[in-house]
Amino acid sequence: MSQWSEATQERAREIMARYPQKRSAVMPLLYLAMAEEGHLSDAGMEEVGRWVGITPAQVQAVATFYTMYKRKPTGKYLISCCTSISCMLLGGDDVLHAVEDESGVPHGETDPEGLVSVEHVECIGACGGAPALQVNYELVEGVTPDKARELVRWLGNARPEVVYGDEMQELFGGVRSFDWAIREENGAMGPYPAFQPLGTVGSEEKA
Amino acid sequence: MTTPLVVTKRMSEFPADSHTIDRYEATGGYEQARRALGMTRDQLVEEIKASGLLGRGGAAFPAGMKWSFLAPARPSFLVVNGDESEPGTFKDRQLLERDPHQMLEGVIITAIANEVHHAFVYIRGEYPKPARRVQAAVDEARARGYLGRGIFGSDYDLELTVHLGAGAYICGEETALINSLEGLRGEPRLKPPYFPAAKGLYMQPTIVNNVETMSNLPHILAMGSEEFTRIGHPDDTGTFLISVSGHVNRPGNYELPHGITWRHLIYEIAGGIPGDRELKAIIPGGASAPWFVPEIHLDDQITKDVCAEAGSMLGSGAVIVMDETTCMVRAAERIVRFFAHESCGQCTPCREGTTWMEMILRRIEEGQGRPIDLDLLLDVSDNISVGLNWPPKMTTICPLGPSAVSPILALRDYFRDEVQAHVELGGCPLELEKAAV
Ligand SMILES: Cc1cc2nc3c(=O)[nH]c(=O)nc-3n(C[C@H](O)[C@H](O)[C@H](O)COP(=O)(O)O)c2cc1C
Ligand code: SF4
Ligand code: FES
Repeated sequence: MSQWSEATQERAREIMARYPQKRSAVMPLLYLAMAEEGHLSDAGMEEVGRWVGITPAQVQAVATFYTMYKRKPTGKYLISCCTSISCMLLGGDDVLHAVEDESGVPHGETDPEGLVSVEHVECIGACGGAPALQVNYELVEGVTPDKARELVRWLGNARPEVVYGDEMQELFGGVRSFDWAIREENGAMGPYPAFQPLGTVGSEEKA
Repeated sequence: MTTPLVVTKRMSEFPADSHTIDRYEATGGYEQARRALGMTRDQLVEEIKASGLLGRGGAAFPAGMKWSFLAPARPSFLVVNGDESEPGTFKDRQLLERDPHQMLEGVIITAIANEVHHAFVYIRGEYPKPARRVQAAVDEARARGYLGRGIFGSDYDLELTVHLGAGAYICGEETALINSLEGLRGEPRLKPPYFPAAKGLYMQPTIVNNVETMSNLPHILAMGSEEFTRIGHPDDTGTFLISVSGHVNRPGNYELPHGITWRHLIYEIAGGIPGDRELKAIIPGGASAPWFVPEIHLDDQITKDVCAEAGSMLGSGAVIVMDETTCMVRAAERIVRFFAHESCGQCTPCREGTTWMEMILRRIEEGQGRPIDLDLLLDVSDNISVGLNWPPKMTTICPLGPSAVSPILALRDYFRDEVQAHVELGGCPLELEKAAV
């Protein structure tokens, strides 16, 4: 018997139909499990195993391989600061320290309230807009330490249900890797990538 | 020298809607996919072979030749590599976000040429926006009957699944990508026997090609392979996307022909170095590539062969520019840290070696280095990449381990004094200088 909501189960069936072999659905289903609970629990991994027909140990072996499957409770906002080479050259470390200092959360941790998690990450493919960071994998490029502090304060005050990359870029970003003329009306609802088939994408009817 | 834009043409001319199917079709889109349906596998493979198109994922393998190696067993599969995670690289993201239909048309052409009825686009997990763009394009194409059952009114079926990674650079390696897509840990497989074209996804013949490679295909069919070979450099046809980052005034992706010089790229195209500071080092092809220095390489041409002769590679086309304010030990540490973090752990030299190297570099950077540390670094490096040459002798299942040695080669060849100064002064000379001012 599934512990997942009917909506999530429906989503899981749709995802499984996209692959010729069941096991290939493990990765998207792990995201679903995260979206259901906010992080990847043991129960979530067992459930995924039942769907694709592998043991919990096999699921765990996969989940532990990838950094985006968070097995510890993660904040409503996951702030990932890039400190790889191109960002490091342009002050990525200072941005990370500003985020840690303003939020009071050292990298790899979450605040007691469960609002913010901070991590430093390797290159997120935004090196032309270095230093860059992501909030729930929505990208902000050309950040400064001061702007990063503002971003942290804004998250704490506004507490948006959905975070939009374009909006954060406008408020807190600077130089971008390349021009992007259009506003995108999709955003992230939690610390997992916002993608339609995973049902983790925010409303398209943004005011 | 004016070279026409190929893969970034539409997005530069129509910045507001280059990603939509209407704009795509209004600019000749999907005509080549229709045409491909009327061509045989041999005709398509020959056309791409004749174009000289090299894979744009880093290994520069001829695309047409790869297709010709596809084993006869069926079903065959196609996996597009959109895992783009090599530090410094952000070109595929631009192609995915801004012209997803161009890539999809490439997918349809490749599928037809390789008798594929189910293709996958694997996009790194940290790229949800590109993935949303591609999914939206897939939905648009499906609605018009260009994907799914009987594409373009023919009897050819083509399914397409967009798959999201979950944070592992190694999944960009094609056999790791396949494992990941099978729902396994993203660990590279041994080649031989697991060449994707023979035993790939679900042990079936599989083509793995990069996003930029795919994006070139509609243009090759449209202009003809002969015309395509006239763009760029005779050894390296067509254009290629270079991602420039680091200490330059105008970072970004530039679509260029091979054959310009590093000087031209950095000082003209990318606008030079902020504050007119001195150039110190160039990483020519992503974090995996051995570094260049201006004294020796600045006027070298940017081609695959010139780069190889100079002991490096163009790799994924990521150029990272470092000026005189950059500590080379720190830069090396950052790159080695990346490989230590991303090692899948299957091979001892890679798993243990990268971790050791990171530790030693950090200790030198922090002023705790010992006089023997550079030799120790070279010794550890030699265990991962025997003989310390480029291209490396392989002691590991995949090239990730040996790539981690690239910055160490630079320290050995060009920045030995800087390393020694760290040890003698008990810290970074650049930092100490700054503190003294
Ligand atoms: C460690 C490692 C990481 C790689 N990462 C990528 C990548 O992110 N994207 C990519 O297209 N190719 C990557 N490659 C190259 C792929 O293995 C493969 O050669 C390529 O996708 C083939 O496509 P192409 O022939 O069109 O270039 C990587 C290779 C290695 C060894
Ligand atoms: S070289 Fe490193 S990353 Fe590649 S297979 Fe071996 S351990 Fe894994
Ligand atoms: S190095 Fe930070 S985004 Fe690439």
